Amino acid sequence: MNELLLIVTIANERVALPAAAVESVVELDTLIPVPRAAPHVAGLSAPLRSVLTVIDCMRSLELGDTDCSDGIREAAVVELDGHHYALIVDLVEDVVEALSEPSPVRAAMGAGWERVSQGIVETENGPLLLIDVAALIAGNEAKAAA
Amino acid sequence: MDDLIADFVAECREMLEALGGEIVAWEAQPDDRARLDSIFRFVHTVKGNCGFFEFPRLEALSHAAEDALADVRAGRRHADGALVSAVLAIIDRIGEMISAIEAGEDMPAGDDSMLIAALAPGAEGVAAPVVTAADAATRASAAPRTIRLSVELLDRVMSTVSDMVLARNELARRLRESETDVPVDGAFERLSSIIAEMRDAITRTRMQRIENLFVGLPRMVRDLSAELGKQVLVDIEGGDVELDREMIEMIRDPLTHIIRNAVDHGIEKPADRLKAGKREIGVLSVSARQSGNQILIDIHDDGRGIDGKKLVEKAISSGVVTKEEAATLSPRDQLALIFSAGLSTAAEVTAISGRGVGMDVVRSNVERIGGIVEVDSKLGEGTRMTLRVPLTLTIIPALTVSIAGQHFAIPRSAIEEIVRANGEAVTLEHLGGAGVATIRGRRVPEVSLAAILGLDSKVDEQDRRLVVLRPAGGDVYALSVDRIHDHEELVVKPAAPAIMATGLYAGTTLADDGSPILLMDPAGIAQVGGVKLEMQERTARIAEGPAEVVSKATPVLLFRGLDGGRRALRLAVVDRIEEVPASSIKQSAGQLRVQVGDAILPLAGATAEQLGEGKVRLFRLNDGGYEVGYAFAEVIDFASIENEIIHADRLGEVSGVSLINGQPAELVDAHWLFANYVGSASRSKEQLVCLVPGWDPWMENMLRPLVEAAGYRVIDDADEERADVVIASVGEDLPEESSNKTIWLRPEPEPNGKKDDSIYRYDRAGLLMALKSAGAGRGK
Repeated sequence: MNELLLIVTIANERVALPAAAVESVVELDTLIPVPRAAPHVAGLSAPLRSVLTVIDCMRSLELGDTDCSDGIREAAVVELDGHHYALIVDLVEDVVEALSEPSPVRAAMGAGWERVSQGIVETENGPLLLIDVAALIAGNEAKAAA
Repeated sequence: MDDLIADFVAECREMLEALGGEIVAWEAQPDDRARLDSIFRFVHTVKGNCGFFEFPRLEALSHAAEDALADVRAGRRHADGALVSAVLAIIDRIGEMISAIEAGEDMPAGDDSMLIAALAPGAEGVAAPVVTAADAATRASAAPRTIRLSVELLDRVMSTVSDMVLARNELARRLRESETDVPVDGAFERLSSIIAEMRDAITRTRMQRIENLFVGLPRMVRDLSAELGKQVLVDIEGGDVELDREMIEMIRDPLTHIIRNAVDHGIEKPADRLKAGKREIGVLSVSARQSGNQILIDIHDDGRGIDGKKLVEKAISSGVVTKEEAATLSPRDQLALIFSAGLSTAAEVTAISGRGVGMDVVRSNVERIGGIVEVDSKLGEGTRMTLRVPLTLTIIPALTVSIAGQHFAIPRSAIEEIVRANGEAVTLEHLGGAGVATIRGRRVPEVSLAAILGLDSKVDEQDRRLVVLRPAGGDVYALSVDRIHDHEELVVKPAAPAIMATGLYAGTTLADDGSPILLMDPAGIAQVGGVKLEMQERTARIAEGPAEVVSKATPVLLFRGLDGGRRALRLAVVDRIEEVPASSIKQSAGQLRVQVGDAILPLAGATAEQLGEGKVRLFRLNDGGYEVGYAFAEVIDFASIENEIIHADRLGEVSGVSLINGQPAELVDAHWLFANYVGSASRSKEQLVCLVPGWDPWMENMLRPLVEAAGYRVIDDADEERADVVIASVGEDLPEESSNKTIWLRPEPEPNGKKDDSIYRYDRAGLLMALKSAGAGRGK
């Protein structure tokens, strides 16, 4: 049984999240900002009556802001160390099977992508970049401090 | 037969657990009859049961111990250290055997005759088998006759109940908006009270007294100190503080480690202590208390303390800090180096706490659960370690405020009072860009929440509200916010690390409408806001009063009394809810009294006939000094008094009636309760009169019962009577010639200069003395 991947679009780029890490996909409407938190923390939301920390993936990847002004956004809910996060993505596409183990990317990517990359996986839909969810949540600040 | 054995094992475990502390206490006071009796009972029970089950070795052991203890009980023998050690060794062996029986294994090998011989008068002490921390932990955590549930399941139930409360609140709002029939309202009311009850119960399932953690400490310290040739007295306080079950397990290891360190490295050998001019016996005090949404556990030893300079040298030599950095370290930072990996000042490696490993692990363990470890030490005088751990997943009372339309919550326990920025006796100034508020003559730093959070507030500075906060262990400051909203009971959950990293928030929670709210951390705001906190240990400890909040909407607890009456009690005076068997309530010394744990409280709200059989639930009321129990049938809800109060014509248990949540409820007069149930003995025939000008809840809820208990009748400035004495806060304006004598109260423990003859407001003794002398000065 190969690993299942969730294909999402972030900043017009199709990437894969390990499906096992994703608990659900939700639509966020209201977003309560968290003043003074790291910029990639977009705020808090509670679509299912439990508080989610919303991560702006574009910000975390240093690719600019996601525009949250137009209301409903799609997000993938993941759990990390007992906390639940909602990762804002442009679009959630499909679940596919990984056809290979991740292999290193040897081409030069953007610094943000480089940081969250776990390598390339082959799928039926062609090669996709596998994302390290923890790195995406940590954002670039944590990296700088380490 | 197996069932019987299981019962026997469970019973023995239960007794063994309870004995842990008793034995050590007995050793300290061998002539303590009660302790001796309970140990005797244990071995006696074991012996009795063994005969029945055919466990010959157990029987021989318990029989020998019983004989020796019987001699002590009969006065034929004196309990000395050797005997205590021998009995301890036997009890340990019994414990091992019981574990073996429980596991269905063979009895542990070993000859018991040595142990039995050691009981003989004049025998050489045997080396007591060393109880490792792991053993002690398994023993303490083996809870007999209970079901084990996973914490996840409890969490799920808890969060469902929280959702249910939210759903109920929403339904309540809908019902208010629409016209409904009386039966619908009635049914909803019932549903509401059931939900409230359920929430209360489920919260309690997760809570456990910290006693469970403390109960094994005396034994551990005893064994450690015996091994190290030291003498240590353990002083434990605050065992009744309640903490999340899971949290208790999480702090068990760090706490054990700190205590081991304190005994091993902190407290000196008796000879060294004498040389240093100290008593031979070292004192290790462990105390727990709740402060806001944190539990503070203090571990203090009076040993040799930590040498900051040595630590710095070590840190430099091991490359943790550079010389340049080391030169800039404050004494506090120097001590904090103890938490760096691979540092220790202990000269030798010992088996007890090893060397160098440990404090960094302790810190990371505590931080993993959102806690903090602090260290404070004076060379030669001792060390104090403080663990601050959050009370996750508990319901805490909080005040909601808003800035630029966004809501935030502030834990109510940190709030001293709330004033208007442009109110009377309040001025707000800016000095060098920093805000300073002067509230009734007291200068406090002002921090604007809008500025801290970088939000754009549209409310003019002068129209804001100032929330005066006293964070745990810190100094007072005023936080300006746009608006004050509501008192709410919030279920607080820990926030994600990225949010906690701001240092401003203590957690997240959901509002009634389901939207997330951030809970502010008052100490964090002070730090980020640049408020200079003076670390005054005493202030923090003495000023640990019950929460005081100024607001027109007084929060109350709505409940149904035993007679079915719908009543309300001010939330501030209710300490907590207890459930006791009806049999622990007795008519004695002229009134009903209830036994709760180790305390006997006067009981109000019930007559002997109403109690019946089974369980009785009661509120534990506290005026800061005395406690009174108040029996009730069920809690209806948390509410607040917003409507007018119609006062009762004469003084009594009920001070008035008001509409609460749309129905009339009787307000129970807590002051009257305290005055009648506690202070009745000290009341004199002709009452002295005390004027307390200006309404404020502290005066009303805290001071008044005290003054009344001292035999005074309390009036306020609306009464035109002449008072024998006036009590006022420092800085308050008083009408002239109002009295013969004025007692001034100040909020800080330390007097403000030598001429300051005011009294600190929690200085009960001082206050009573002043009241007494004022009363004596009055002409006969």
